[in-house]
Formats: sequence, structure tokens, C-alpha cells
Amino acid sequence: MNSAAFIVTAIFTVAAALAAATLRNLMHAALSFAAAFVGIAALFFLLGAEFVGLALVFIYIGAVAVLVVFTILLTRRDVGKDRGFNWGGATVAVAVFACLTWSILKTQSLAIGAPHIATLTVKRIGAALMTTYVWPLQCVGILLTAALIGALILVMEERR
Amino acid sequence: MSKSIDQVFLNAKQWLLSWLTGLPTWMVQVVSSLINIFALLAVFLTLFALISVLERKILARMQNRYGPNRVGPFGLFQPIADGIKMLIKEDIVPMRADKIVHFLAPILIAAVAILTLGVIPYGRNMTPFTIDGGILFFFAVGSTTELAVFMAGWGSNNKYSMLGAMRAIAQMISYELPLIISVLPVVMVVGSLAPDRIVAAQAEYTFGLVPRWFVFTPWGAAAFMLFFVSGLVESNRTPFDVPEGESEIVAGHMTEYSGFKYATFFMAEYIGMFAISGLGITLFLGGWHAPLRALEFVPSYAWFFAKLSVLLFVYIWIRGTLPRTRIDQIMNFAWKFMLPMAFTCIIAAAVWHYAGRGLRGWLWSLFVIAIVYAALSMLLDTRRKFAPRVYRFAE
Amino acid sequence: MTPTLQVFLIISATLFSIGLLAVLSRRHAIFILIGIEIMLAAANLNFIAFWRFGPQPQPPTGVMIALFSIAIAAAEAAVGLAMVIAVYRHYHTTNVDQLDQLRG
Repeated sequence: MNSAAFIVTAIFTVAAALAAATLRNLMHAALSFAAAFVGIAALFFLLGAEFVGLALVFIYIGAVAVLVVFTILLTRRDVGKDRGFNWGGATVAVAVFACLTWSILKTQSLAIGAPHIATLTVKRIGAALMTTYVWPLQCVGILLTAALIGALILVMEERR
Repeated sequence: MSKSIDQVFLNAKQWLLSWLTGLPTWMVQVVSSLINIFALLAVFLTLFALISVLERKILARMQNRYGPNRVGPFGLFQPIADGIKMLIKEDIVPMRADKIVHFLAPILIAAVAILTLGVIPYGRNMTPFTIDGGILFFFAVGSTTELAVFMAGWGSNNKYSMLGAMRAIAQMISYELPLIISVLPVVMVVGSLAPDRIVAAQAEYTFGLVPRWFVFTPWGAAAFMLFFVSGLVESNRTPFDVPEGESEIVAGHMTEYSGFKYATFFMAEYIGMFAISGLGITLFLGGWHAPLRALEFVPSYAWFFAKLSVLLFVYIWIRGTLPRTRIDQIMNFAWKFMLPMAFTCIIAAAVWHYAGRGLRGWLWSLFVIAIVYAALSMLLDTRRKFAPRVYRFAE
Repeated sequence: MTPTLQVFLIISATLFSIGLLAVLSRRHAIFILIGIEIMLAAANLNFIAFWRFGPQPQPPTGVMIALFSIAIAAAEAAVGLAMVIAVYRHYHTTNVDQLDQLRG
């Protein structure tokens, strides 16, 4: 785990996420959202969870980000209108951040280095998914099917 | 002797790295990756230059004309002339364009195309980027292309660009499903997502004669065909080049690009084609393995690039033969035929596996695929007489 | 020198707060969804970090829960964006402050 790589990735991720949360131009914000997820996936890589990182890129960049930009396109009449910034929300967010950081820094048992672990191969994940986690896997399958049908029905043209 | 020729590039890299003894390990790692990246870029950019002139020459032959033959011997220096022309062209950015997005789109699309090249095994021990989930990496990174195409279309602020981008994304998303699902049987049978393992699983020869490539099993042949057609769509090649159909929407998402940015799009398209062909070779055509045991003395990378050139020739051949399809036909084909067939390939591969991977499994999986194919053809009514065309959208 | 668990948790807390900021201060429905996605990703980062720094050897529990939560987040995004489109068709707005038909 290289600390230089970590610092660069962390700064990139936080900057992209901040841009996604605050940029006025909606399309720029959506693209920064995609960039933020590339950063998070890179953090997963640094943590040795390559499969999750790839799954994250696959699902968020390939599917969710494309969905988001399409939705922006379909609701285009609203694009570009100024929304105003809610300072109350910003205050709450900063307060939550301060609280979390303070408690993390206070907890001494968290200041540990990474133990040496065997690399997490895709085979191990697959074996776990097919044995211990087979019921959650089936449930997620049903959930995704339901979400697919639900989303389709929601956006279908209404027949009059 | 043949062994050392086979490993000549690896030995060269080791020799280069031996100059660095004494430096910290991370620096050696960085230099090692840089050598890989440089080699990859050098090889594939040369191949791009070569194929761009060869494509024009082959197409010209198919159309009974000469093709480029003025610059250099047989017109082989044409790509250099094209490159100079592209470089010195004026780079125009539309006034109302979203400048940042417009600028980033070609960079992203080229970077993605080059990244996907990294996980393909080009020869024995010659995978530039070894990762356990290599196939997933290929598709995860490759799916970013859609976002890049959208950025190009949106950033140009032009209705033709936007229409082209929408068409491109619609067909790419539709064909990504059959593409990925047609890969699954191979992953299932091998039991690994690592390209090296998949190539190693195709190493043996049945009766010492027929190589055990997956394309020689019924499910593999069907999956390879599905993969190849989806690959054609993913790389926006004829007959699926609707997104940039010149006669309808100028040049699709590339309309507002000129000069070197346009060349970058062009390059990304070709490199994407190399990558998808390389993956097809890895998955179905035995990777860098020789087709006959007697021919194993030829270096492994030579076999890989021989197979690659055959596939690229087929791409060009298809371009010279088939007319452009209509977008609704493309979509119907994807969802009504390709997707069910891809799922059938998974079942057929399972049948093949549980029937003992021998002749019995071969026949049973052929049976499964034939039944579904026949049923689909009947359901989709492919023999319907052609009716007069109905214009639904333009009265 | 390798980053400790604390550093990862602070990154995750930062991402969570940024997501919260987007949810609370944006008025555009799509960006509220984006904020929720960022918060979910921050939670995933926490799970993975705790798995990586936890006692070894152990089954890949953190990775599993991250995978499932990614799948669920994808489903949520699909339905959420479909709802945004449906709402836009009816009210011609994506501003959540203007969707106050049920206010008593």
C-alpha cells in the first residue's frame, strides 16, 4: 500500500465528490460524480478489494452515471436554472463532518496499520457467494428484477 | 532456440531492468510499467497506422479500384501523410460548446481504449497488466466509453452530435448485454476471470490434432459469433455504424471535432476494435496457442498477431460487403435474438460440462443450441414476406 | 509508512459529509440521489477498510456486504431516476421544493 498513491487518490476523490456536490452546471456535476467513483474504486484497489473496485466502476460509471446524464437530458428544461444554495444544509454537513472526524481521531484503537493478508482472489469471492451468501444473492437477484420492472413501468408512456 | 525467440521481448525487458539494480523497488516497478506501456503503445499505434492504410487498400480491391498508392511504396506511407495533415489542421471548438467537456471527451475515449489493451495476453508470459479479474477489468473500463461518447455529444452542443451520441449509447448498452453474457460460458467452464488462465485452459489438443479452443465446441462457436457481432457494434463498425451514419447525421458525436481531436476518435475506434478482437482471441480462439502441435516452434506472439490480423481482415471484409442496418432493426436483433441466444450458450456450456466434456457433451450442447435457435427463428418469424415499408415517424 | 485505518475512516467521513451536503443543500432531485449514492459509497469504503484492517484470517465479510450494497444502490438509482422522470412528466419540474401538492 503505497502512501503516495493513497494521498493522490484521496485528494482526487474528495475533490471530485465536492465538485459533484457543489457545481452549478448540472452536467459537470454529474461527470464529477463519475470521477469521484473512479477515485473510490482506486481506494478499494489500494485496500486489496480489486473485485469490488471493478464492480463499482462497472456499475457506477457504466450504468448509474449514464442513467444520471440521460435523466438530466430528459428533464432538460430545468438544466441551467439557478437553484440557490441552502446554507443550513452546509452547516449541518460541516457539523456532522467535525463530529465524525473528532470521534475517529479520539478512538485510539483505530490507529492501526494494515495486517498482512492473503490476496482476495475472485475465486474466493465466488465460492463465498455461492455457499454462505447464496440466499442474499438470490434476494438481490429478485430485487434487481423488481427494480427493473418497476423502473420500466414508472417511465412507460401512459396510454390515454 | 525456439524458446529463447519466444521469450525474446521478456528477456529484453529483463535486460533493460538489470540496469536499474540498486534503485528502490518502487522505482523499478514504475520503470517496468513504463516499458510495458511504451511497448503497448508502440505496437498498437503502428498497427493502427498500418491497418488504416490496409483497410483502404483492401476495400479498394473489393470495389475494383486501386486505393491509396501515391505516398511511398504501394502507398504505405499514407498514414504519415494523414497524420501530418491532421496535425496541421485548424482545431475548431464551437462557440456555444461546453469547452471542458468537449476537450475531455476525446482524451477519455482514447485512454479507455488503450487501457483495455492492457489485460490481453499477447504471448507466453506476455500480459502487460496481470490482474485476477482481467475480464471484468476489460468490461468495467470499456463501459466508460459510453460516458465519453455522451460527453462528446453533449459538449459539442449540436443536435447532430447529440443524436449521434444517443444512437451510439443506445446500441452500445443494448449490445453490451449479449457481449458480456456470451463471455460468461467461457468464464464458467474455465472457472476463472484471469485471461492467462483462460488461455492456459485451451492449451491441449484432442487426439493430438484438433486444438481445444472453445470455438470448436457448439456453445463456443455460438458464443463466438454473438461476441463477434456485439464486438462489431461496440466498435461502431459497418454494418452497425448508425451512430456516425454520414448520410443521416453528418458524423454523429464526432461532428464538431476537427484536426487532431477527430484523429483521436478515429484512433480510439480502431484500438477498441483491436482490443475486442484480442479479447475474442483470448476467450475463444486459444489465445497465443498454435493451431497444430507441429507448429508450436513458431513464437507465441506471432500466433496471436496472426489471429488478430485474420479477425481484422474479417472486419474489413464485412465493411466491404454489408450495407448499413436500420437502428430499430439493430435494437430488435439485440433484444429478441442475441440476448436469448447468449443465455442459451450458458445453458449449453453447462450441459457440455456435465455430460463429460466429450463427444456426448458436444452433441447434447449442439442439440440445446439448435432447439433454441429453431424456436427463436419460428417465434421471430424470420421467413415473413417483405411487406411494403410503413412510415411511422415521418408522414 | 502505510496509511492507517484512521486515515481511511476520515476519507470515508469526508465523503459521507459531502454526500450529506449534496442531499441537504441541493434542490434538484437528481442531485439528491447523487448525494445518497456518495453516502452509500462512503459506507462501502468503511466496510472494506474494516475488513482490510480487521483480524486475519477471516472470511471476506466486508467485501460481501459492499458487493450487495452496490447492487442495491444500483437498483435504487434506477428506480429513483425513473421516479424523477415520471415526476417531471407530471409537474414539469425537478425541484423538490416545488413538489408540495400534499402539503396540508
